[in-house]
Amino acid sequence: MGRSRPELMSTRTTDLSYLNNTTDDPVSRPPLVLGGRTFGDVTNTVCGIIENPKTPPLWYVFFGVSLSLLGVLGAMIAYLIFTGIGVWGLQSPVGWGWAIVNFVFWVGIGHAGTLISAILFLLRQKWRTSINRFAEAMTIFAVACAGIFPAIHVGRVWVVYWLFPIPNQMSMWPNFRSPLLWDVFAVSTYATVSLLFWYMGMIPDLATIRDRAKHPIRKIAYGILALGWRSSNRHWHRFESAYLLLAALATPLVLSVHSVVSFDFAVSIIPGWHTTIFPPYFVAGAIFSGFAMVVTLIIPTRAIFKLEEIITLRHLENMAKIMLATGMMVGLAYSTEFFMAWYSGNAYEGFTFLNRGFGPYAWAYWIMVSCNVIVPQIFWVKKFRTNVVILWIASILINVGMWFERFVIVVSSLSRDFLPSSWGYYSPTFVDVLTFIGSFGLFFTLFLLFLRFGPMIGMAEVKGVMPEAHHGRGAHGDYHGDVPTDRDGHIPIKAKREVVQ
Amino acid sequence: MTTPESYGYLVEFDNVDDLLEGAETVRDAGYTLWDAHTPFVVHGLDRAMGIKPTKLPFLVLAGGAVGLVGGVALQWWTNAVNYPFLISGKPLFSLPANIPVAFETTILVAAIMALVGMLGLNRLPQLYHPLFNSSRFRKATDDRFFISIEAADPKFDAEATRELLEALDGRLTLEEVQS
Repeated sequence: MGRSRPELMSTRTTDLSYLNNTTDDPVSRPPLVLGGRTFGDVTNTVCGIIENPKTPPLWYVFFGVSLSLLGVLGAMIAYLIFTGIGVWGLQSPVGWGWAIVNFVFWVGIGHAGTLISAILFLLRQKWRTSINRFAEAMTIFAVACAGIFPAIHVGRVWVVYWLFPIPNQMSMWPNFRSPLLWDVFAVSTYATVSLLFWYMGMIPDLATIRDRAKHPIRKIAYGILALGWRSSNRHWHRFESAYLLLAALATPLVLSVHSVVSFDFAVSIIPGWHTTIFPPYFVAGAIFSGFAMVVTLIIPTRAIFKLEEIITLRHLENMAKIMLATGMMVGLAYSTEFFMAWYSGNAYEGFTFLNRGFGPYAWAYWIMVSCNVIVPQIFWVKKFRTNVVILWIASILINVGMWFERFVIVVSSLSRDFLPSSWGYYSPTFVDVLTFIGSFGLFFTLFLLFLRFGPMIGMAEVKGVMPEAHHGRGAHGDYHGDVPTDRDGHIPIKAKREVVQ
Repeated sequence: MTTPESYGYLVEFDNVDDLLEGAETVRDAGYTLWDAHTPFVVHGLDRAMGIKPTKLPFLVLAGGAVGLVGGVALQWWTNAVNYPFLISGKPLFSLPANIPVAFETTILVAAIMALVGMLGLNRLPQLYHPLFNSSRFRKATDDRFFISIEAADPKFDAEATRELLEALDGRLTLEEVQS
């Protein structure tokens, strides 16, 4: 235990244990980038992936499968539009089925990206730099998948613009007191702001790719995307300010988005939906599912592209800890719901929760509890947090569990509400199932294209957290003693260096 | 010797310490049209260059205010004035029901302002710049650090400026960039 850093690095060629930086040494912070890398190494590793003329064969396999599934999604949507909503399993009393479940599932997944890029930035969690670009990309693509479902659910897709306050042939405006309309604003704002944040963070990295490009098409394409970024410090100054402001704006935004999504349910009077716990419960679940998806994606990616030195075991362990924490919050919410159902004395509420646990959808409820509450408990043990195979399997189970959570909420409440005479049992059709599977095709197609053509690791940010990025390196960046200060009371760089030497 | 077509000088460093020291020297020499170029944000460089805080936060605040007022006005005008929307006997205009949308429009306009304002203040996009004529300058997005002084600077003197830059510690190269 507790081997010192230089020793870990010196074992690089023979022993892979240097890749484990999860040991906590109270004296020194563990390095965020392993393998004694230089700035140039970071550029070469990240740009090498997109410049390599030989795409890994596995990429083509995955891309082929994803593209086929995307085709399935297109076919299912076309079938739906030409035939009507009846091709889904929806009927009275369950008017919201898989489409809304999938919508909430995908929006929730997006939340981890914003949490990593904005909230961890404000909290000065420097380990975020290796994974934030990746997670932000995941956010954009997940929100793109989410947006499809409500849009096709409206039935008459050709008048979907009625959702927005755009003058239309009826001279009517949307009802701004409806949570469904709040949702339109929340999700479209979220998609826009996430896209801006993602793109702005990428500008310096796109400039790096532009400056290394050999092929004229690459030069022009990345040149335009980089907007002529010339690494000027006067630009960096405003860039940092804008980044901080966007992080500060995105933080309340991300908390609002899933809160507003939960209002879709909580503002109605259906038993099991009409509860004040929904906003925090939905946000915690969203972060939980999002981190699970980041882990699901990042473990194979770092293995295939050999990024273990930048996306280290410590990053994965940290994400496991967040999944444990948010999983516990979700578990707390499940038990609070049950408690309130009994404590409120409301017969309908009480029945709804007994029905969830022991009624016709009990199988879904217990899948949800097993995957979301029991599975994350293994993360109390460090051996499981740092074992990539176990972590990966657990993350997939959590994704499954979180999908079922939304299924339980949406379907079990609707299928048995106040009047037993109007109860029903909802089953999806093949169109429901294939549309959902197809949405993974869209997600992975976009994701694989990004891995191939975009900077999947924020190079400028990773370089900024390396020890060489700070002046007076080798002295832990601290300057004590009698050092002459300048007019503003700041220590001039020159004096600092003399003290250090 | 500088020619009329000269954009200015470009000095190269390979570490943060030398860059910061060089920036302090150039700042103290009183130049105004000069810049440092780094592959990532170097902490302390703003002070070493004497850069004043940006006014971007005020633009973003203004954007947020426009978004908030616009969001509330939109809901008031569409649902209470232009097409009175009576839902369950509730008031035509009531703030609590309008907060979520007003909040989202506030964030939306402020966030757009953050990006557009940053680009505008930086005069970007600017796809051509004389510094791109230097092949060495491509390393500014990789692992090298640069200081550039423009010939248009009032204090610029082909000889004296060159001497100042040549005397900087740790300087790797000094180049005259054509405009």
